[in-house]
Amino acid sequence: MMDFGGINPAILIASLMVASVPIMLAALGELVVEKSGVLNLGVEGMMIMGAICGFITAVKTGNPYLGFLGGAAGGAALSLIFAFLTQSLLANQVATGLALTMFGLGLSSLMGQGYNGIKPPLTGVVPFGPLRDIPGIGRMLFSHDWMVYFSIGVVAATWYVLKYTRTGLIIRAVGESHDAAHALGYKVNRIRLMCILFGGAMAGLGGAYISLIRVPQWTDGITAGAGWIALAIVVFASWKPLRVLIGAYLFGGITVLQLNLQAAGSAIPVEYLSMSPYLITILVLVIMSSGKGRTALNAPAALGQNFHASR
Amino acid sequence: MTENQRPLLLQVSGITKAYPGVIANSDVSFAIGTGEVHALLGENGAGKSTLVKMIYGLVKPDSGTMTWRGAAYAPSEPRAARASGVAMVFQHFSLFEALNVAENVALGMENPPGMGALAAKIKEVSTAYGLPLDPARMVGDLSAGERQRVEIIRCLLQDPKLLIMDEPTSVLTPQEVEILFRTLRQLAAEGTSILYISHKLEEIRSLCDSATILRRGKVVGSCIPRDRTAREMAELMVGAVLTPPERGAKKDWGDDKPALEVIGLNATSPIAFGTSLKDISFAVNRGEILGIAGVAGNGQVELQLALSGEITSANGMVMAHGVAIGAHGPIDRREIGFVVAPEDRLGHAAAPDMSLVENAFLTGAVRQGLTQRGFVDWPATRAFADQIIQTYDVRTPGNHVAARALSGGNLQKFVIGRELLQSPDVIVINQPTWGVDAAAAAAIRQAILDRATAGAAIIVISQDLDELLELSDNFAVLNEGRLSPPRPVKGLSIDEIGLMMGGAHGAQAVAHV
Repeated sequence: MMDFGGINPAILIASLMVASVPIMLAALGELVVEKSGVLNLGVEGMMIMGAICGFITAVKTGNPYLGFLGGAAGGAALSLIFAFLTQSLLANQVATGLALTMFGLGLSSLMGQGYNGIKPPLTGVVPFGPLRDIPGIGRMLFSHDWMVYFSIGVVAATWYVLKYTRTGLIIRAVGESHDAAHALGYKVNRIRLMCILFGGAMAGLGGAYISLIRVPQWTDGITAGAGWIALAIVVFASWKPLRVLIGAYLFGGITVLQLNLQAAGSAIPVEYLSMSPYLITILVLVIMSSGKGRTALNAPAALGQNFHASR
Repeated sequence: MTENQRPLLLQVSGITKAYPGVIANSDVSFAIGTGEVHALLGENGAGKSTLVKMIYGLVKPDSGTMTWRGAAYAPSEPRAARASGVAMVFQHFSLFEALNVAENVALGMENPPGMGALAAKIKEVSTAYGLPLDPARMVGDLSAGERQRVEIIRCLLQDPKLLIMDEPTSVLTPQEVEILFRTLRQLAAEGTSILYISHKLEEIRSLCDSATILRRGKVVGSCIPRDRTAREMAELMVGAVLTPPERGAKKDWGDDKPALEVIGLNATSPIAFGTSLKDISFAVNRGEILGIAGVAGNGQVELQLALSGEITSANGMVMAHGVAIGAHGPIDRREIGFVVAPEDRLGHAAAPDMSLVENAFLTGAVRQGLTQRGFVDWPATRAFADQIIQTYDVRTPGNHVAARALSGGNLQKFVIGRELLQSPDVIVINQPTWGVDAAAAAAIRQAILDRATAGAAIIVISQDLDELLELSDNFAVLNEGRLSPPRPVKGLSIDEIGLMMGGAHGAQAVAHV
């Protein structure tokens, strides 16, 4: 294989596919939430709750797959708080979402006492048999754990459901105009609740992936801003699932690349390299939103507005 | 045909519904026969909308019963109402702008067929009723009339027994109204009952077989609209004798330049799905009122923004008394006497969560001198707010109340009064009486006429043709961002106006068949 400055492209692609799983899952969940007209800024908190809940479940049961279920449940449980506050008590979504992140970071830290330095049970690689041995491609595409393929499958499923099914149409309608949806007899708050729970579960899955596979161990603040990047990717993707895939690979790629550059002894100081994914997030968002309101056009019209049925 | 000959479809008996602080319906009873076009008449807040929402299952009555073809009828949700055969076209469109026509229709149906089959069905039904529609178009790109077609088609695909229409004609051109009425008559002839809500009395006289009149939530009478005059019905609705607004004597102000002149104004719309202004020219002298008609979404909002200074243009495109001000923003324009009352009361004309005093300050600061060395002069601001409240009879517990808490008509009186009180030179008002009841509307119209008598140049943008004809000296139509040459109102016939409006978007050809 060719090397670029000590970096092997096959390994780079393989590791970017792994690196992008958490943000892709979280971003997909948030995309569905935002499509239904809810802005949940608590992705980071739900991710880290997923990370710790998944970690604890996996360690206690010794089963990594149950660990992922636990992670999803943890994220969904935290999102339930958000749903109750914003959908039943009509709290401000932005403030509630930020509080959710703070709360999740704190609670996960508390729950994680005594889990530092423990190794979680290993998640196996999907057995592709001889496919794995294809030079280059085998390493790139067929050497991963099942969550990598699952996340790609979820992208396709989300795209299909939102675009072609009645469920998807109803979710989009609720996010477009809750008043009109209510007038037609749709239960706006119930639909949004379901979407928020889905978003929480996906963020939790993403978090669990970090603590169970990507790192894999538990430390406080393990998600390190992945939730914020996931939020940015939703805007970057202009609320289209397939673009979430591109966005997640792009950001995952930059993260991996800067790690590789560091390892390869690049002349650029480490600090610049580690801030690069965030800088590029900001840049991309600026470029996206400068494009003559195209993003604005695609954004769900009722995004961030609470709904209360009156008269 | 009389009512007795029709088999009874829906009987409403003794329905009562109370909300905290207000009784929306009190012991309301009426009946609709099969194939009957029945009107519900009443002012805003008379309880018409609440009543039909109960029939449609959106709201549950506190007491009272309904019978549908002889059986008890109490829909718990719209789905149940639709299953019985009730369909509803909403006053404020219940459409989704970012979805296409077929998707919008599918959302209103219980078991829609696949998108392909549905699109074909929409085409078929819409052509059959003379309401052509392209299923693939985004609703955000449609005109008001076309949007209403989407709603009607959505109902027709359900094969309804009872079609409820809540103020369907308020945003339509005369031609579009004609098309709508023909569709409705065709439906009625096929045996569909129609419950028609409106306060346009001439329309009701020409369309409806019978009418129930509501005032403050109670049934105050019923009549056969054909046998009554519009005036009689109006007085039943309001419960008082109405006087039309009067215009003071005109005088010649002897200016050599018009108070406001717009020359070849072009402006790009800042709004998503908006209409850009194209080569707009007109002039208004002091003491004159120019009425601008047109179907919503043809550039009304943009024109108002361009006149207020929220959209700036080349300097020479807007002239005040011969001085170029096109490139100046709203504050500069206010200083020289431009005041603007936008269409959107909550959010544009007034900050919803701020008090009336604060809202009075927001546009009055410059002309009323409500600041002192950069600080708000609260006593003067309160006095100004109180003056508006008194002069324009704004019903409010006090000047400290949030704008949001006022009813639509009262807030409208406040925001229009606030502008008219600033001894303005040029007044631009968009939709002065939108959603305002007859008494408040008459007060607002009278105030506008008084300002014209006092020497202001006034531009009234409205969709209510009757209002424009009553107020204006000259009349022009905005259509797709272009303004027709203004014509004197005297001698204009309603047909000519319809042709000027021409905004029936392809429906005109059908109308003249």
